[in-house]
Amino acid sequence: MKIHEYQAKKILSDYGVPIPAGVACFSVEEAIVAANQLGGDKWVVKAQIYAGGRGKAGGIKLAKSIAEVRQHAEAMLHRPLVTLQTGPEGRMVRRLYVEQEVSISHEYYVALVVDRAQQCISLIASEAGGMDIEQVAASTPNKIHKVSINPLTGLEAQDAEAIVRQIRLPESCFPAAISMLNALYQAFDENDVSLLEINPLVLTPDDHLMALDAKLNFDDNALLRHPEIAALRDLEEEDPLEVEASKHALSYIPLDGDIGCLVNGAGLAMATMDIIKLYGGSPANFLDVGGGATADNVTAAFKIMLRNPRLKAILVNIFGGIMRCDVIAEGIVQAAREVRLEVPLIVRLEGTNVELGRKILQESGLSIISASNMADAASKAVEAAAQCQSESTTKGG
Amino acid sequence: MAILINRETRVITQGITGKTGQFHTRQCREYAHGKDCFVAGVNPKKAGEGFEGIPVFATVKEARQQTGATVSVIYVPPAHAAAAIDEAVEAELDLVICITEGIPVRDMLRTRARMRGNKTLLIGPNCPGIITPGELKIGIMPGAIHQPGRIGVVSRSGTLTYEAVAQLTELGLGQSTCIGIGGDPINGLKHLDVMKLFNDDSETDAVLMVGEIGGTDEEACASWVKAHMKKPVVGFIAGVTAPPGKRMGHAGAIIAGGQGTAQEKIAVMEACGIRVTRNPAEMGKLLKSVL
Repeated sequence: MKIHEYQAKKILSDYGVPIPAGVACFSVEEAIVAANQLGGDKWVVKAQIYAGGRGKAGGIKLAKSIAEVRQHAEAMLHRPLVTLQTGPEGRMVRRLYVEQEVSISHEYYVALVVDRAQQCISLIASEAGGMDIEQVAASTPNKIHKVSINPLTGLEAQDAEAIVRQIRLPESCFPAAISMLNALYQAFDENDVSLLEINPLVLTPDDHLMALDAKLNFDDNALLRHPEIAALRDLEEEDPLEVEASKHALSYIPLDGDIGCLVNGAGLAMATMDIIKLYGGSPANFLDVGGGATADNVTAAFKIMLRNPRLKAILVNIFGGIMRCDVIAEGIVQAAREVRLEVPLIVRLEGTNVELGRKILQESGLSIISASNMADAASKAVEAAAQCQSESTTKGG
Repeated sequence: MAILINRETRVITQGITGKTGQFHTRQCREYAHGKDCFVAGVNPKKAGEGFEGIPVFATVKEARQQTGATVSVIYVPPAHAAAAIDEAVEAELDLVICITEGIPVRDMLRTRARMRGNKTLLIGPNCPGIITPGELKIGIMPGAIHQPGRIGVVSRSGTLTYEAVAQLTELGLGQSTCIGIGGDPINGLKHLDVMKLFNDDSETDAVLMVGEIGGTDEEACASWVKAHMKKPVVGFIAGVTAPPGKRMGHAGAIIAGGQGTAQEKIAVMEACGIRVTRNPAEMGKLLKSVL
């Protein structure tokens, strides 16, 4: 789960990480009140969306007067912000964060990540902050420094000191920097964070450190033990169909094709998308109904797929293990009763209770194209979608 | 003996009193020699009771001492599953198979750190388990699609593994052992570890390796195969069409920071001499072609 920058900063600040004074705002008027309340003569107005690359896209602006605060807030609020990470349609800006401006003498980078290869948490730091860290890693890998952290012992003092030396912080800042690294690790560990990124961590002209930006992602599997963090989830930042799907215990991700896929198991669901593409079609979504789905869940899955106006065919690919084919079949029949199935439906059932599943579909009287295996299913789906395509082209004149 | 398990293996079920544990223990006992192999259950609150003739003990250690079992399978709910693995490791079992999906990463990081220097091997979590066809099934895979034989299968997925196995069986290619190593970012045995076991196993002639987007485990395995593997290996990688930055169902199936793409994995595997099919319907066919 992701949260907004201002929420991440609040959490880190509670652990003693220095951040600029700031206020979250939901309207232009609130932004002006915030700037007046913060005082000073320069402010930064920052669009709050769940995507990076805001600076270059005009989502972070310096204001030298209250009039400029108004101007920037008006330009950002309730408009989509298109960054390199949002896709071409951008993300609607619904929240702003107004901060006091901070003078910068150098920008650094600090992150804590779950390191899969080492099976531990890694602390990553660089003297080249304020830019895309993947580019830094590619062009100047010698500027990226990393230490592994044993979760049973935490961040070791000598490792923290080595890192602050490697990124060439001024020695006078070492104690503050080391205590900040400890605070960051503590925040990471205690809140089941899956990714923590401070980019940039800045050094001010009077040699103080401050987190100018903050990104925190959380482990979805651990949210049950952090209700206060789960409550921060901003559903408006997420795809409404993904949110709807998660309520029905479905894992759904929209794609830009026209063949809907309903599959049990994540690996098989990806493989189904891949084979559609391989056979010349284009998948409309990833959809894993999981192992414990009920007929109701399957019905919900159909309704979600059918909300996609581009949909030209649906491919159901089930290899029953824990998931029984008869449950899927009942779900399909129930869905067909509740919503009009206007696109061709291709079904491939295999595994647990397959005979019963096929019988239920046969007796339902539904018009179903049945497939004997994955290749057969994919080629039939691609063909059906193409036919659907040419018919609609003909109809459209 | 194929790898890791056979009919002589004795198994403890941790979480035997739950609905999932009961259902799958029953299914596993009905498969091949399962009746003789599942000898103990564990639940601290229900020690002294039994499940269909299987005695329930308070701890793994006690279950081991009383029955001689050296392998356990875990169906404990996610919040307590890592502690269940810890208990099995402390009881010095040879192998632990954790089926549970949804264990917090923080818990698994600690468990993995505690396991360092211990002899216990871990399969999973978030996996279908392991089966040596015709001998013993420990996990949730449908037994009927398997057939005893000489092909090793290792995969990060559940149902995609079933798909692969069914293709092999249909072509008359039986399996020595099939292992689902699970879809989580922090887990036990990797492709590489399983590949080494298959390489040393006199009953395995070739290996089908199924991977997916996320991490670099397949690449690590491929490099090892190039340098050391004495048997043919073929592969499939799921997720060529997966968008970056999105978690595709499995907690570990995510392309992050440009890393973990299917294209990159396929390129590395092919460069290491592993033949990879782009078509998930032809995994069995590809394996047959290299025998």
